Amino acid sequence: MTMVYNSINDNIQCKPEEYMANLEDKKGILEVQNLSAWYGNTLAIKHIGMTIKSQAITAIIGPSGCGKSTFIRCLNRMHEVSHGGRVEGCVLLDGKDIYARDVDAVVIRQRIGMVFQKPTPFPTMSVFDNVAAGLRLTRLWSHRRELEEVVERSLHQAALWDEVKDKLGQSGASLSGGQQQRLCIARALAVQPEIILLDEPCSALDPMATLKIEDLMKNLAQEYTIIIVTHNMQQAARVSDMAAFLMMEEDRAGVLVEYGSTSQVFTNPKDKRTEDYITGRFG
Amino acid sequence: MSEHGYSRRKWSNRIVLILSGVAAGLAIMVLVLILGYTLVRGASALNVDFFIHGSTPVGVVGGGMRNEIIGTLILVALGSLLALPVGLLAGIFLAEFAGPRVAASVRFAADILSGVPSIVVGVFTYAIVVRPMLSYSAFAAGVALAIIMIPVVARTAEESLRLVPNSMREAALALGITRWRAVLSVIVPGALTGIVTGIMLAVARIAGETAPLLFTALGSFWGFRGLFRPVGALPLQIYNYALSPYSDWQRQAWAAAFLLMMLVLGISILVRWLSNRRRI
Repeated sequence: MTMVYNSINDNIQCKPEEYMANLEDKKGILEVQNLSAWYGNTLAIKHIGMTIKSQAITAIIGPSGCGKSTFIRCLNRMHEVSHGGRVEGCVLLDGKDIYARDVDAVVIRQRIGMVFQKPTPFPTMSVFDNVAAGLRLTRLWSHRRELEEVVERSLHQAALWDEVKDKLGQSGASLSGGQQQRLCIARALAVQPEIILLDEPCSALDPMATLKIEDLMKNLAQEYTIIIVTHNMQQAARVSDMAAFLMMEEDRAGVLVEYGSTSQVFTNPKDKRTEDYITGRFG
Repeated sequence: MSEHGYSRRKWSNRIVLILSGVAAGLAIMVLVLILGYTLVRGASALNVDFFIHGSTPVGVVGGGMRNEIIGTLILVALGSLLALPVGLLAGIFLAEFAGPRVAASVRFAADILSGVPSIVVGVFTYAIVVRPMLSYSAFAAGVALAIIMIPVVARTAEESLRLVPNSMREAALALGITRWRAVLSVIVPGALTGIVTGIMLAVARIAGETAPLLFTALGSFWGFRGLFRPVGALPLQIYNYALSPYSDWQRQAWAAAFLLMMLVLGISILVRWLSNRRRI
C-alpha cells in the first residue's frame, strides 16, 4: 500500500510546561498542543489540546466521524501511515515533541503501543510468535529464554495466559475474537510501552469478552497510561478516569468540546453539546 | 409484462446457455484431444530408454531425451534463479513502497514486458548476450527465460501482497517494527501461498518456451557441458525431431511433447493444491 510520510514538524511554539521537569517518577506523560490532522486536503481534527493524565484511563468519546480514531492515531504517529495523512501541532511525550525532526516514528511507536478495533493477530504466526513479534522484529537477535519470559509475563498481564498456555504453538488466528484482542494487547505490552492506545477495542466483541478487557484495562492502568476511544458511553463511564468529548463542527472537522474527570463530564457537563450527547439527544 | 416478451426472453436465455455450453465443451475438448493424441502417438517411444539415454546419430534407432530433460531442468532453474530476486523485489516494491504514480508506470511497463512476443525476447537476448559472448549458451537461454519470467513473478507477487489486509501492516508498524522488517516478516509470509503460486505459473510458462531458446541455447548433441556452452532442451528437440523425416525421431518428439505437457499439468495441479490451502 502506498504510504505518505510528510509530517516533519518545524513548529517551534511547542514548549513543555514547566511542572513536567519535577515529575521524574511518573513517565509516559502526553501533552497535546494545538493538534490538527488532515487526510489529503480534508481537515479531520483541528486545534486539539489536552494533557493526558499518566497511569490513568482517558476515554475519548464522541459521535461517529468526529475524528476520535484520527486523534489517537496522531498520538503514536500512525496517522502519517494513512494515505495523505498529515499533522500539525505538537504531541509532547515527557516534554519532547514526537513530531520533532530528530525523532524516529519507530521509537515512538515502541513507547506508545496501539491496539486496533478489529483484532489483528498475525495469522502466519503462532500465539507465542505473535506476542514475541514486537521484540523479535525490532532487534537483530533475541535470547530464546528472554522471549519466553516476556511472552509469559505479557500473556499474564493480558489475562490470557491460563487460556493459551497449552496452545502457544497454535496459530494466533485460531483463538476466539476476545482472546485475539487480548493477544493483541499482550503483543503491545511485550514491547514494554509506557502508553497504550486502544481504538475501540471492544466494538467487535461480545459482552463477556468486553467485560474481560475492561477489567484488564483497569489493572493495566496501575502501571500504564491508557487512552481508549469508545463508542460506548457506558463503557467510558465504567472504566475511565478522564473523559474527552470530541465533536464535528460545521466544517466537518473534529474539535475538543470538553475534557475533564469522567464523573464531572458525565454528571455535570459544562458544555451544552456534551450534555446533549450524553443524555442521548443526538449521536 | 406480456406473455410474448417473456417467452422471447426464455428462448434467448436458452440459446445463449447452449452456445456458451458448446464453447466451454470445445475448449475442454481441445485439451483432451491434444493430451490424448500426443500420448497415443508418443506412447511407443515413452519407455525407460527415453529417460536414460542421450540422442543417437541419424540412422541409429533408439536413444532418448535424457540430455534434453536435464537441459530443460537446468534452463528453468537458471531462469528462475535470475528472475526470482528481481521479480520478487519488484513485486514488493510495487505493492509496499512505490507511490501511486511510480507504481502505475512500473506496473504498465511490466504488463507490456509480459506481452512482448517470446521470439522478440530471444532475438534481443541474442543481441545483448550471445553476440558479445560469441557463443550460444545455457546462460543466454537463462537470461531470455528470466526476461519472460520477471514481469509474471512481479505482478503476481504484487497482487498477492495487496491481498494482505492493511490492518496487518498497521499492526506491525504500531509495534515499532520498521517498514522493511514488517514487509519481510509479516506481509510476505501472509502472501506466501499466492507468491509461490505465481512463481509456479511462471515456471510452467517458461518450461515450454521454444522461440527464445532457438537464439540462445541453440540445442546440443551432447549433454550439459557448462553454463557457457550450448545446451539442448525439450521444446527445442521437439521442434527438431518433429521436422525430421525419421519416424523414430517423430515418435520421440511426440513423447517429449507429452512429457512437457505432463510437466505443466503437474505444476498446475500443484498450484491448485497450494491455492486451496491459502489461509488469508
